[in-house]
Amino acid sequence: MDKFNTLTGIAAPMPLVNIDTDMIIPKQFLKTIKRSGLGANLFDEMRFDRQGNEIADFVLNQEAYRNAEIIVAGENFGCGSSREHAPWAIKDFGIRCVIAPSFADIFYNNCFKNGILPIALPQEVVDVLMKDAEKGANARMSIDLEAQTVTTSDGEVFTFEVDAFKKHCLMEGLDDIGLTMAKADSIDSFEAQASQARPWV
Amino acid sequence: MSPKTLYDKIWDAHVAHEADDGTCLLYIDRHLVHEVTSPQAFEGLRMTNRKVRAPEKTIAVPDHNVPTTAGRDDPKNMTEDSAIQVAALDKNAKDFGIHYYPVSDVRQGIVHIVGPEQGWTLPGMTVVCGDSHTATHGAFGALAHGIGTSEVEHVLATQTLIQKKSKNMKVEITGKLKPGVTAKDITLSVIGKTGTAGGTGYVIEYCGEAIRDLSMEGRMTVCNMAIEGGARAGLIAPDEKTFEYCMGRPHAPKGAQWEAAVAWWKTLYSDDDAHWDEVITIKGEDIAPVVTWGTSPEDVLPITAKVPSADDFEGGKVGAAQRSLDYMGLTPGTPLSEIEIDTVFIGSCTNGRIEDLRAAAEILKGKKVKVKRAMVVPGSGLVRAQAEEEGLADIFKEAGFEWRLAGCSMCLAMNPDQLSEGERCASTSNRNFEGRQGYKGRTHLVSPGMAAAAAITGKLTDVREMM
Ligand code: SF4
Repeated sequence: MDKFNTLTGIAAPMPLVNIDTDMIIPKQFLKTIKRSGLGANLFDEMRFDRQGNEIADFVLNQEAYRNAEIIVAGENFGCGSSREHAPWAIKDFGIRCVIAPSFADIFYNNCFKNGILPIALPQEVVDVLMKDAEKGANARMSIDLEAQTVTTSDGEVFTFEVDAFKKHCLMEGLDDIGLTMAKADSIDSFEAQASQARPWV
Repeated sequence: MSPKTLYDKIWDAHVAHEADDGTCLLYIDRHLVHEVTSPQAFEGLRMTNRKVRAPEKTIAVPDHNVPTTAGRDDPKNMTEDSAIQVAALDKNAKDFGIHYYPVSDVRQGIVHIVGPEQGWTLPGMTVVCGDSHTATHGAFGALAHGIGTSEVEHVLATQTLIQKKSKNMKVEITGKLKPGVTAKDITLSVIGKTGTAGGTGYVIEYCGEAIRDLSMEGRMTVCNMAIEGGARAGLIAPDEKTFEYCMGRPHAPKGAQWEAAVAWWKTLYSDDDAHWDEVITIKGEDIAPVVTWGTSPEDVLPITAKVPSADDFEGGKVGAAQRSLDYMGLTPGTPLSEIEIDTVFIGSCTNGRIEDLRAAAEILKGKKVKVKRAMVVPGSGLVRAQAEEEGLADIFKEAGFEWRLAGCSMCLAMNPDQLSEGERCASTSNRNFEGRQGYKGRTHLVSPGMAAAAAITGKLTDVREMM
């Protein structure tokens, strides 16, 4: 997995609440057996019309935001389906960080498995960051995961919370499965004890 | 011993490892797999030379993509990319030695209907699936999480999930429901009250007389939509109804093991003085048959209400409501019962079980549909067979419904069953998101009885007028 440490980039403002995974990547693109290539269809139905032409006023189609690496959004980002195609599409497009007042649980977890940092901050702070993002391409926001800070283009600094274990894995680019397999003894002994206690499982 | 909630009890029985910061490895008893969220996980195993740790606890079934029309066991009758996903699942199931129900098997169906039906889902278990509606299995008092594909791979390889414990929320539905009010109305009404993010960070236990009174099918409908309320899982404590449902199912324990299992299951309830981080109480008698008017499951109103205006909302919801109204093509102030419907869809893991088909058929008996298209997609081949045996299929067909084969179908429209642009659907599924049932399709979520009533009148209709 890609490591995440610091990031300075353009932030795209998406003030909508409840941006769901069907919006992020509509189901017709879930029929892939690969992880890659989904960025072309990120927010497909908001980004393109039926003929495949860009919808001019959608934020990521605007010149200033084509190379956005951060999204600032409304509350409950990533609600709906568990599809990991959503973070795959976000990442493939080039976005490494999403900032919102709140996230849906499964999406939030999925981000960390894919080198994306989701940052939850109070609505008032997100409002400030949204304003900053609206300034366009010259306003670059900075994220420092180690220090747990977001810095606006004006130099205003906000700190955010992140689970220590998730932070560690993201910073080191660690593979969860490898880490868990190192605890195989615990799993073996749990399994032995559980098969005594609940043999019908 | 300190008092515990049901969630605490199941959690404690499954912690295989706990780190100092509270990050746990939760042991997984059942892993359900479908074709859309699993190919990349199996590919990951192959690339790293890993095996499935507990193939005997892993069950796969194709459901999301499969056509629901005859001839579908021939891949030529699927779109190419769907056929590739289904073929990949066939191969992965065989190569890794996991239980599998192919489309040609009468037991095939929506993964969340097949699990309970076959007795894979039992009280007190931990159940995961790469699908958010895994919450359904909570109806058995099983801790059921929807997970992403990386986590699917993690569970395949290690039979555990990395988790931190959630908070406990109690949602109590007191008293009795009024006639015409169903489990679907309960679960939508709860989301209408808490919002789609209200459950974030929580595991919800549903309790109270109205929940106890529900059948297992109804309880599955309630828990199914816990995820729409943002919760990590929904739970209902197991009771005699649960045990009765499980008894004799193909993969349920038998004999002495059954006795031992029931003895443990009977300890699975929240202690009287257990700690709740949040409690919500709703009176059963206050719940009406409801419909959704917008593009979020929280956009819920009683069928007797009118389309709201964006001004009725606050904060970020104002813009969202306006966007919903535009998308749905609705004018504020219109009575919901005057909204005309083009299509009716009865099915999905929310309402594709036998009891749902019975409720719809009850309303449809001897009537004809007035909508352009009406279809019933049973949740599994076995539900379909039972409905045929009970004569329900004939009622549907005579009314003018298409009688389909089992699958997810128009719940998410990944197969050919889709709404066209601007088409309006009364649907028993669980999500009314933009584009969910087809590009620019418009979805109103309702109970099976309400869907049947809409099919007959061609408009959203109060089912109580037809009872
Ligand atoms: S029926 Fe719908 S909600 Fe249920 S598993 Fe299938 S697609 Fe998901």
